[in-house]
Amino acid sequence: MSAISALPNGTATEEASHALQLLRQMTRIRRFEERCGELYKQEKIRGFLHLYIGEEAIAVGVMQALTPDDAIVATYREHGHALVRGVSARAIMAEMYGKQEGCSGGRGGSMHLFDAETRFYGGNAIVAGGLPLALGLALADKLQRRARVTACFFGDGAVAEGEFHETLNLASLWRLPVLFCCENNLYAMGTALARAQAETNLALKASSYRIPAWDLDGMDVEAVEHAAREAAAAVRAGEGPYFLELRTYRFRAHSMFDPELYRERSEVEEWKKRCPIANYVLSLKQRGLLDDAALATIESDVAREVDDAVAFAESGTWEPLETLTRFVYSDTQPSP
Amino acid sequence: MTSLIEPRDTSAVAAPRSPATRTSYREALRQSIRHAMLADERVFLMGEDVGRYGGCYAVSKGLLEEFGPDRVRDTPLSESAFVGAGIGSALAGMRPIVEVMTVNFSLLALDQIVNSAATLLHMSGGQFNVPLVIRMATGAGRQVAAQHSHSLEAWYAHVPGLKVLAPATIEDAYGMLPSALADPDPVIIFEHVMLYATEGELPNDAGAVPIDRAAVRRTGGDVTLIAYGGTLGRTLDAAEQLATSGIGAEVIDLRTLRPLDSATILESVRKTHRAVIVDEGWRSGSLSAEVSARIMEGAFYDLDAAVQRVCGAEVPVPYPRHLEQAALPQAASIVAAARAVAGA
Repeated sequence: MSAISALPNGTATEEASHALQLLRQMTRIRRFEERCGELYKQEKIRGFLHLYIGEEAIAVGVMQALTPDDAIVATYREHGHALVRGVSARAIMAEMYGKQEGCSGGRGGSMHLFDAETRFYGGNAIVAGGLPLALGLALADKLQRRARVTACFFGDGAVAEGEFHETLNLASLWRLPVLFCCENNLYAMGTALARAQAETNLALKASSYRIPAWDLDGMDVEAVEHAAREAAAAVRAGEGPYFLELRTYRFRAHSMFDPELYRERSEVEEWKKRCPIANYVLSLKQRGLLDDAALATIESDVAREVDDAVAFAESGTWEPLETLTRFVYSDTQPSP
Repeated sequence: MTSLIEPRDTSAVAAPRSPATRTSYREALRQSIRHAMLADERVFLMGEDVGRYGGCYAVSKGLLEEFGPDRVRDTPLSESAFVGAGIGSALAGMRPIVEVMTVNFSLLALDQIVNSAATLLHMSGGQFNVPLVIRMATGAGRQVAAQHSHSLEAWYAHVPGLKVLAPATIEDAYGMLPSALADPDPVIIFEHVMLYATEGELPNDAGAVPIDRAAVRRTGGDVTLIAYGGTLGRTLDAAEQLATSGIGAEVIDLRTLRPLDSATILESVRKTHRAVIVDEGWRSGSLSAEVSARIMEGAFYDLDAAVQRVCGAEVPVPYPRHLEQAALPQAASIVAAARAVAGA
C-alpha cells in the first residue's frame, strides 16, 4: 500500500485531528446545502436543486482516498463532492446563483459544477451518463501510464441503465483504473430499488463483471474512508476497477419539486436516526476526541464560510448578453 | 497537434496536380488514419471490429498489426460506453478516433454525443473541450434494408457544439481527418457507404484540408446544384447531362454540414438565380430544408424560381433494388428538377 493511500495511523493527536477533519467536511456539506434550500425558497437559486443531505459520509469518506492528480466524475447531486474536493464554497454558491464568478462561469448551475484545477469533471445530469466518461479518463491514464484513479459517483438509479453495464464490462475487460462509487439511497427519484431491480444486491451485479465489489454502510464515514483507501490503492496499483456499493438515504426530497408521495414519513424518520453527522459526533465524544467547544468551533467556522459564500454569490455579476453564444466551440480554432 | 502538411484550399476547381497516385476512398481513409497515428502518439483508433476484423468496411485493415492493440482497440458492442470513453480520454489528453460502424448504430450513443460531447465545453464555462473525432458510415444503396441504410447527418448537424463533415472526394477522405484531429472540439465524419470503393487521384503531397467551407466542384451559370457526401457523384452526372442540353450547372459540395458555409452557397445562387438541393436524407426537417431556408433568407430577391429539392423518399429504405433506388436521389430526378427551375 502506497504512502498516499495508507490509513492515517499516527499518534492519538493525529487521529483526533483527522476525525475532526472528517466531521468538519460533513458539516460543511450539511450547512452549505441547508442554506441552498433556503436560498431556493427565496428564489435566489432556480432550476433543479438536488440536496445530498444524509449522504455526506460518502463524499467525505471517498475523497480521503484521492490525490490531487486523481479525477472525479459525479452526478447532479454533487455539491458535496465538489466542496470536499476543494472547489471553493464561493465558486460553488456563485454557480448556484448563475453568476459568472461561479465554478462553471454560471453556465451550468447546480447540476453542472466543473473545475479543471481539481479535475472535477461534473456535474453530469443524465443518469449513468458519467460512467462512460470515467471510463475514458481512466483509459487515457492507462495509455499514458499514469498511476491515477478516476472516482465515479452515481446512484442506484444508474444501475438500470445500459451505460452502467456497458461501462462496468469495459472497465473490467480493459482493467481500467476506475473506482466506482454507487450511492445507493434506495430510490431512483420516486421509484424504490425493489420496484426497479430484479436483483437488488448491486455489488453482486458488479461482481458478475469480475469487478471486486464491496457493500458498505454509507452512513459511517470511517468505514467509507477505510474501504475507499483500500480500493483506491488497489486501483492505483493496476489491479483494475473496484466497486463500492454505499448504502445510504436521502433525508430531503429528490429535488425541490418533490412532494414525496412514494415513501413513508416513518421510513425517513427511521433513517434520520442513522444520520452520519449526529452519530459521528456521538461516537467522537464517546471516544474522547470531541468536546462541545471543538464542535462549536467547527459550526461557527462553517457558518462563516457559508455566509461568506452567499455574500460572494450575491455580489457576483451576470454575464453580459453579448457573450450568449460563447463556449459552443473553443475560442481558439486552428487556422484552416 | 501540428498539421501534417500545410492545408491547401480545395474550394476552387483545381488544375490536375502531379504527381498523384490512383487510390480508393477506403485506402485514402486508411492512409490518413495511419499518418495521423504515426505523427502523434496521442491518436488511437477505437471501435467495433476495427482491429482483428480490419474494420467493417475494411478501412482499418492492417493497422492492428502496425500499431498494436493499445492503439487499435476492438470494443464490445457498447456504442454508448466506447463513444463516452472517447470523450473521457479526449478530456484527459488523448486524440481518439472513434469508429461507430454506421450512423444506424450511433443512435445507441446519442446520449454521449449530444448530452456530453456537445455540451461539456459549454457547461464547464469553457474549461473542458473535447477533441474527439467520430467516424461513421452512412447512407443507402447496398440493399441492406431499413435498419442499415439511414442518412441521419442532419440530426447531428442540428446540434451546436458538434462539427459535422461529409467527405465526398478522395482528397477530402484523406485530408479531413487531420483537420478534425487538430480541432479542439468534437468532429463527426460521415463516410457514405457507396464511396468506399470509388477511386480517384490523390496527389502525393495531399494533406489536411479546410473543414469550414464548401467547395465549387463544377462551375456553371444557369443553375446551382447543391449536394454533399454520397449524392455528389450523381449530382455531377446530372450536371454533365444538363450541359449536353445547354444548361450550365454549378455544383456545390457542402463538405461541412455544420457549420454550414452559407457564403459559398449564396454567392453561387446570386450568380445563377436558381437552386436545386440534393439530399439523401428524408425531406422533412432535412439539411436541404436548412439550405433552402438560408437561400430564402439571404438571396430571396436574386432568385428567378422557387428553390427545388431532390430528397430521399419519406419511407424506411426498402430492400428490393428497384424500390431502394426509387427512394434515393438519382441523376434523372436531379436533371428534371434542374430543368424545372431553369424553365427548360
